[in-house]
Amino acid sequence: MWDYTDKVKDYFYNPKNSGILEDANGVGDVGAISCGDALRLMIKVDEPSQTITDARFQTFGCGSAIASSSALTELIIGKTLDEAMALTNQDIADFLGGLPPEKMHCSVMGYEALHAAVANYRGEVWVDDHEEGALICKCFGVDEAMIERTIRGNGLTSVEEITNYTKAGGGCSTCAEGLEEVLERINGEMVAAGELTADSAFNRNTVIRPKKDGVVKLPPAGKQLTTLQKIKLIEETIETIRPSLQRDGGDCELVDVEGNRVMVKLTGACVGCHLSSATIEGVQARLIEAVGIPLVVVPVTPYH
Amino acid sequence: MTPVYLDNNATTRTDPEVVQAMLPYFTEQFGNASSMHAFGAEVGEALTTARKQLQTLLGAAFDHEIIYMSSGTEADNSAILSALETQTGRDEIITSAVEHPAVLSMVAHLEKTRGITVHIIGVDSRGRLDIEAYARALGPRTAIASIMWANNETGTIFPVERLAELAHEAGALFHTDAVQAVGKIPMNLAESEIDMLSLSGHKLHGPKGIGALYVRKGVRFRPMVRGGHQERGRRAGTENAPGIIGLGKAAELALAHMDDEQTRVAGLRDRLEKGLLQRIGNSFVTGDPDNRLPNTANVAFEYIEGEAILLLMNRDGIAASSGSACTSGSLEPSHVLRAMNVPYTAAHGAIRFSFSRENSDADVDRVLEAMPPIVEKLREMSPFWRERDVRTSEFKPSYA
Repeated sequence: MWDYTDKVKDYFYNPKNSGILEDANGVGDVGAISCGDALRLMIKVDEPSQTITDARFQTFGCGSAIASSSALTELIIGKTLDEAMALTNQDIADFLGGLPPEKMHCSVMGYEALHAAVANYRGEVWVDDHEEGALICKCFGVDEAMIERTIRGNGLTSVEEITNYTKAGGGCSTCAEGLEEVLERINGEMVAAGELTADSAFNRNTVIRPKKDGVVKLPPAGKQLTTLQKIKLIEETIETIRPSLQRDGGDCELVDVEGNRVMVKLTGACVGCHLSSATIEGVQARLIEAVGIPLVVVPVTPYH
Repeated sequence: MTPVYLDNNATTRTDPEVVQAMLPYFTEQFGNASSMHAFGAEVGEALTTARKQLQTLLGAAFDHEIIYMSSGTEADNSAILSALETQTGRDEIITSAVEHPAVLSMVAHLEKTRGITVHIIGVDSRGRLDIEAYARALGPRTAIASIMWANNETGTIFPVERLAELAHEAGALFHTDAVQAVGKIPMNLAESEIDMLSLSGHKLHGPKGIGALYVRKGVRFRPMVRGGHQERGRRAGTENAPGIIGLGKAAELALAHMDDEQTRVAGLRDRLEKGLLQRIGNSFVTGDPDNRLPNTANVAFEYIEGEAILLLMNRDGIAASSGSACTSGSLEPSHVLRAMNVPYTAAHGAIRFSFSRENSDADVDRVLEAMPPIVEKLREMSPFWRERDVRTSEFKPSYA
């Protein structure tokens, strides 16, 4: 269950200004049914004073989408167009006492709808026709311009935040690199303009991740031992292990060494014990540690 | 106002009888079943009884075919990983597009990290598996086919017995995620060719944190969790005695209520569906009405969004769930409804009502009363509702 504020719940359960505004002279449509939310904002602008005298909304979407739409109408009614256009999506979220991070895109949808409605009133074309290539997230139809606006408006510094605010990257996520590029560029510009500190800006080079061309460090080479030295070392190591096995009523004897294969005989309680494979592994680990070369311990049957 | 709980495919209320059966094994019979003293022995006996109770519910031939695990998810993961290890020379997996993430996430991971080829078999608009595509995908490289017994969102039942036979003809193992089916429909695994089956306690009024993997006798198995010798060396870790005993009791109760589930519970579900479709236009049932779980109804209300519906239902004290994107934290609607090609106009507004033996006629009445005004309120607010005539969808509702 989402952690909605009481104000979000109130504006969802009892939305203000929902419905159709018959004499609207500005209409903004954003979102799509396929994306899971859509908002139609209708505004009535008083020509001489350039004031929004009324606003209504119709929203297809979740609780916070409906609450954000209603909050938007409350925020803009009575404001001049200039005052309304100065509002940010954060103002919508603040009006509602905050939104869960994953739901910030609902406030951005309100912001976008307002700009679309004002553009429609002014007879301008709202930059909604994505030119080929400008679309970064194809799953949710989000273009670079919207991502840029949202990064600047909200001081975003991570790809996750971009997804929360615009949905971009929330589908197949193949655009993650494209989002990183835009984010790095815009953050860089914001730092240059003094809007963001260099520490918090996104930088692909400082993100901690494994190096693509990293070099594998090999473990130090094994000690150079003669075969005799090796066998002697194996024998000595097994002697140090035996007392603990004998305490459990078992035993382990060295039978033979062939190359890196160490033949041992398990006797007593070790035989048939379901832990015998664990014992073998333990012996093997001790031997590798002591001798310093890869060894395989092979049990031979006690009756051999 | 008494809450109406219709989200039993998400989880069920632990039956009080189950809790009673479990309680002594926390503070009185707390021993470790593996221990060589009386504390352990008494627990061991109780575990044997519980294992037999679950065996009876499944209709399994032997009680040692059951391996207890922590969840249905662990059982699904274990089954697939084991098959890849034991089926030497075979490196392909077949599964369906509508599986639970416990299967889909695992096979996607194997595809990415181990170069395993995964065949994802699609479904039709009713959610029925494309059996021809399934048969075509089976081959000499198939290690395992994993197809769920019943879908969690729509309740659609897959013909798993037949699918298991087809898998065997190709030399592949067959696993089924039966988390939603166990306890809701009768089973007789001894008579089937199913090799492995996953189940979860909390879906049948048992406790959370206990699940099991059935592995038919003779099927080779490699453990995922390694350590001690518990569960015959097939799943290490001290037995969750209270959980296993609770699941045993839950299995016994599920068997006792099996007829009730098929008749009365199915009747409640049918009455709810018919009532909703009569009262609310532009709505339809998703899934296969001829072949589905008795407890599940998935109704899509066009032009409105699921989270908004659930929030208003919650205010009326009714709990259900939705395949909508907004409820899950993901931004895409349910992969099950998308695989069925349910149009976006409806996929976002699909609500799943899942019943249990604890529901009554009064619950259905409450929902039938509450839903029409909720849907109407949201449709009045939706920009698409009045324009619906020009947005006619190509989708043919399966059931109206």
